[in-house]
Amino acid sequence: MVQPLNYLKESASQTAGPYVHIGLAPGAAGFDIYRTELGHDITGPNAKGDRITVVGTVTDGTGSPVKDVLIEVWQANADGTYPGRGAVEDGFRGWGRVIPDFDTGKFSFETVKPGAVMGRNGRPMAPHLNLWLVARGINIGLNTRMYFGDEDKANAADPVLNLIEQTHRRDTLIAKVDGSTYHFDICLQGDAENVFFDV
Amino acid sequence: MTTSELIQRDREWHPPAYTKDYKTSVARSPRNALLSLQNSDSELTGPTFGHSDFDLLDNDLIRNYAKSGDPIGERIIVHGRVLDEHGRPVPNTLVEIWQANAGGRYRHKKDTYLAPIDPNFGGCGRTLTDDQGYYVFRTVKPGAYPWRNWVNNWRPAHIHVSVFGTAFAQRLITQMYFEGDPLIAKCPIVKTIPDQRAIDQLVAALDLNATIPLDSIAYKFDIVLRGHRSTFFENRPEGN
Repeated sequence: MVQPLNYLKESASQTAGPYVHIGLAPGAAGFDIYRTELGHDITGPNAKGDRITVVGTVTDGTGSPVKDVLIEVWQANADGTYPGRGAVEDGFRGWGRVIPDFDTGKFSFETVKPGAVMGRNGRPMAPHLNLWLVARGINIGLNTRMYFGDEDKANAADPVLNLIEQTHRRDTLIAKVDGSTYHFDICLQGDAENVFFDV
Repeated sequence: MTTSELIQRDREWHPPAYTKDYKTSVARSPRNALLSLQNSDSELTGPTFGHSDFDLLDNDLIRNYAKSGDPIGERIIVHGRVLDEHGRPVPNTLVEIWQANAGGRYRHKKDTYLAPIDPNFGGCGRTLTDDQGYYVFRTVKPGAYPWRNWVNNWRPAHIHVSVFGTAFAQRLITQMYFEGDPLIAKCPIVKTIPDQRAIDQLVAALDLNATIPLDSIAYKFDIVLRGHRSTFFENRPEGN
C-alpha cells in the first residue's frame, strides 16, 4: 500500500442534450426569462479593430447539419489581449454564444478580428477564435480553433497549426475570406473532420 | 501575470466521444484522435461575470418564471460547492442549470413529450458562487421522461449543470442525478461514463441537514473542475 494522493477528480462530463438552450440561451428555446441573456455580444460597443461576420454550418458524419449545437467563442481583442490579461476596451467580454438557425443549421455571428496573441515559449500565435461545441450526442465539449484565411504568413508560423502532423488537416481550421465575412464550417466526423483539441 | 497550467484532463474518466449505445453520438463523434495541446493563454484565460449581470431571482426556479402561483412538484434545494481538484473553492464563477418540470417536460419549442408544460415553470437558473465556492438553487424536482434511443429508454431525473471556472479549458457541462433513482443504472447517457466512481460523483446526496422543515427537501451536489498543476522548479521568467 502507498499513501493516498487525495486529489479530487474532475466531475465527469455529460452531454448538454437537445434542450441546452433553455439553460444557456432561453430566448432560442422560445421564452423570455432573464433581464439580460449572456453571450449575445462578444465585443461590446467600444472594441477597436476590424468588424467581421463569421458564418458556417456544423455538420455530422453523414453530412447533415447539427441544428441543435451551441458554440461558445473565446477570443482576444484586436490588440491580442485577453480580458483578465491586460487592459481591454470597456465592455469587451471576448466571449459569446452562437446558436444556429434551428431549420437550416446555419450560424452567423459578429465580432472583431482578434490580434495575434503570445503563445508558449515566446512564440506568437496567429489570430484565432477559440471555439467550444456542445450538443446532443456530444459527450464532452469539443474544443477547436478558427484561424483566418487572410493571415497566411502568421498561420504558417503558428505553433499550434504546426503541431498538426497531416498538413492538409490544418486547412480545417482556417476560415475562407469574403470581404469582412469569414466562412467556417465545422465537420464533426468524416473526411473533412475538423481538428479538435485536448486542451 | 502568469497562471500555471491545468492538470491534464483524465480522458479515461470522462465519457469518450463515441458511445454506441447512446446512438446520437455515433455520427457526432470525431474519429481522429484529439490533438493534445500544452496550455497557452488561449486556454488559461476565460470569461468573467459580475453581479450586475444577474437578478436576485435568477437562482430561484420556483419564482423566476411564476405567473399565477408556484410550479407543481416536489420543492427542492440544490446546493453545494464548486471546487478544483486540489479541493480549493472556485469563487465567483458562473453556474447555470436547466431541467424539465415535475412532469418531465421541457419548456422548449422542440420538446413534444405529452406531459404538460407548467405555466409557472421556466426551467432554468443561474448564479455566481460566493467567495467560498458555494452556490444554491431552489427548484422543483424534475420528472423522468422517455426519449428516443431504444424505444423504451427513460432518462433518470436530472438537472443539467454548466460551470466556467477561470480558464476556458475548465469549461464543463454535466448532469446531476438524484440519490436512489433506479433509472440511473439503466440510462445509456449515464453509461457513457466508463468508471462507476465517476457516475457516483454525479449523484447528489439527500441532505436532511439542509432541508427547510415543512417546506423544501435538500440535495447536496459538489462540482469539481480541473485544478492548476504544481510548478516545482519551474520559476522561469515568462517566455523562456
